[in-house]
Amino acid sequence: MSSTTRGFVGRHTAAERDPRLPPGQYDARHDFPVLSAEVTPELAAADWSFRVDGLVDRPRAWDWEQAHALPRETYDGPIHCVTSWSRLSTDFGGVPLDAFLAEAGPRSTATHAVAYSHTGYTTNLALADLTGGRAWIAFDFEGAPLTPAHGGPARLLVPHLYFWKSVKWIAGLRLLDHDEPGFWEVNGYHHRGDPWAEERYSGD
Amino acid sequence: MTETTMSAGGPGTPPIPAFAAPGRAAPSLRGKVDWQAATVVEVRRETPNAVTVRLALPVWHAHVAGQHYMLRLTAADGYTAQRHYSVGSAPDDEGHIELTVDRMPGGEVSGFVHDVARVGDVLEVRGPLGGFFAWPGDRPALLVAGGSGLVPLMAMVRHRRRRGSTVPLRLVACARTPEDLLYARELAPLPGEEHTVLYSRAAPSGYPHPVGRLGAKTIAPHAAAVLADERYEVFVCGSTGFAEHAGRLLVAAGVPSSRIRVERFG
Repeated sequence: MSSTTRGFVGRHTAAERDPRLPPGQYDARHDFPVLSAEVTPELAAADWSFRVDGLVDRPRAWDWEQAHALPRETYDGPIHCVTSWSRLSTDFGGVPLDAFLAEAGPRSTATHAVAYSHTGYTTNLALADLTGGRAWIAFDFEGAPLTPAHGGPARLLVPHLYFWKSVKWIAGLRLLDHDEPGFWEVNGYHHRGDPWAEERYSGD
Repeated sequence: MTETTMSAGGPGTPPIPAFAAPGRAAPSLRGKVDWQAATVVEVRRETPNAVTVRLALPVWHAHVAGQHYMLRLTAADGYTAQRHYSVGSAPDDEGHIELTVDRMPGGEVSGFVHDVARVGDVLEVRGPLGGFFAWPGDRPALLVAGGSGLVPLMAMVRHRRRRGSTVPLRLVACARTPEDLLYARELAPLPGEEHTVLYSRAAPSGYPHPVGRLGAKTIAPHAAAVLADERYEVFVCGSTGFAEHAGRLLVAAGVPSSRIRVERFG
């Protein structure tokens, strides 16, 4: 439990706090801060591909055209960054991950996945967090192609988890029968990253 | 270079591309760190827009230079606000950390730090956090700072000096004007250090570097030093715009992106 800070008056009262904000988050409104640990790569759409393999019946890769031939959806809900900003409304366009997984055919033994980028960034996710209409491969933001700094030409979008799980410059998903911590997870971050449970760091 | 250890893909499965730069924080820092009540022991103005708060911590974990803490403020009605701030002090400043905070327009946490915080206040902090943008001091480094991006990089400079290290260190610090430059009194290079300070809006008359944005010409000698010694790593910290620009310049100068660690302020 936190103790009162002398002289601190917040921007809002506790009662006014937007119920869509998970604990410890603030509303960044229209800001969309960029956070990544590396230099933004120059990755052309023509050089982009997305592969699903590991514990699947039909490992395969999609190029830009093939991925765009899949059914499109939009996501306009909130996103939450572990550094404490949230953005309550967004407008991403892309393809549900379910569509890719349906073509690859996850095996019954698959429980987790490592999502990885074209730069080698990795993160771990439970398969249950990637299925059921809760994850997408996003190509657009607010009607325009995703910029490179925001993960363009394509990023993973898993908005119900902290945004470090939404891998920029997404290259693939490897399905596993165990949880294998990724880049931030071996550097002290939580394995799942549920903002509503404030799973920011190891042991939260 | 790190090697991927992922084998579960099975035979014939292509390797996942390896992220080249490994984490640098000691494993002991990767466990759980709890909130604790820190006491303000000093508030120091650095520039018109930045103050440093020095905090005494009841529970002390030496950070690795470059790491950050979360700072949490709680109003009387239970409303809380928290932000991440880089540690500017050296890891061997036992029992203490110093956070340098820029005033953000309308910032509810930075505004408090600037206008309200005073010696004796108790503030909740949690850290040290982040194991990637961290320099233990074991290898030569090029540090490229934009504005308050200098804070975590200054922790590296101070770390090197306090240890009496001879590891080569290069610093490129960019500020709007001389009065906006953080830690100006400490920015005279010691042996083994190379510093370049650049101003984007105004510089003293006769200043040897042109006023303006960081350019390829300024980066060139530093990039050449990095390329000449494969132990060098590069740390870039600043606003998104600065970090994107500096990253592009470094890559254009031939520095592999695998040797560049970036921290962006949102």
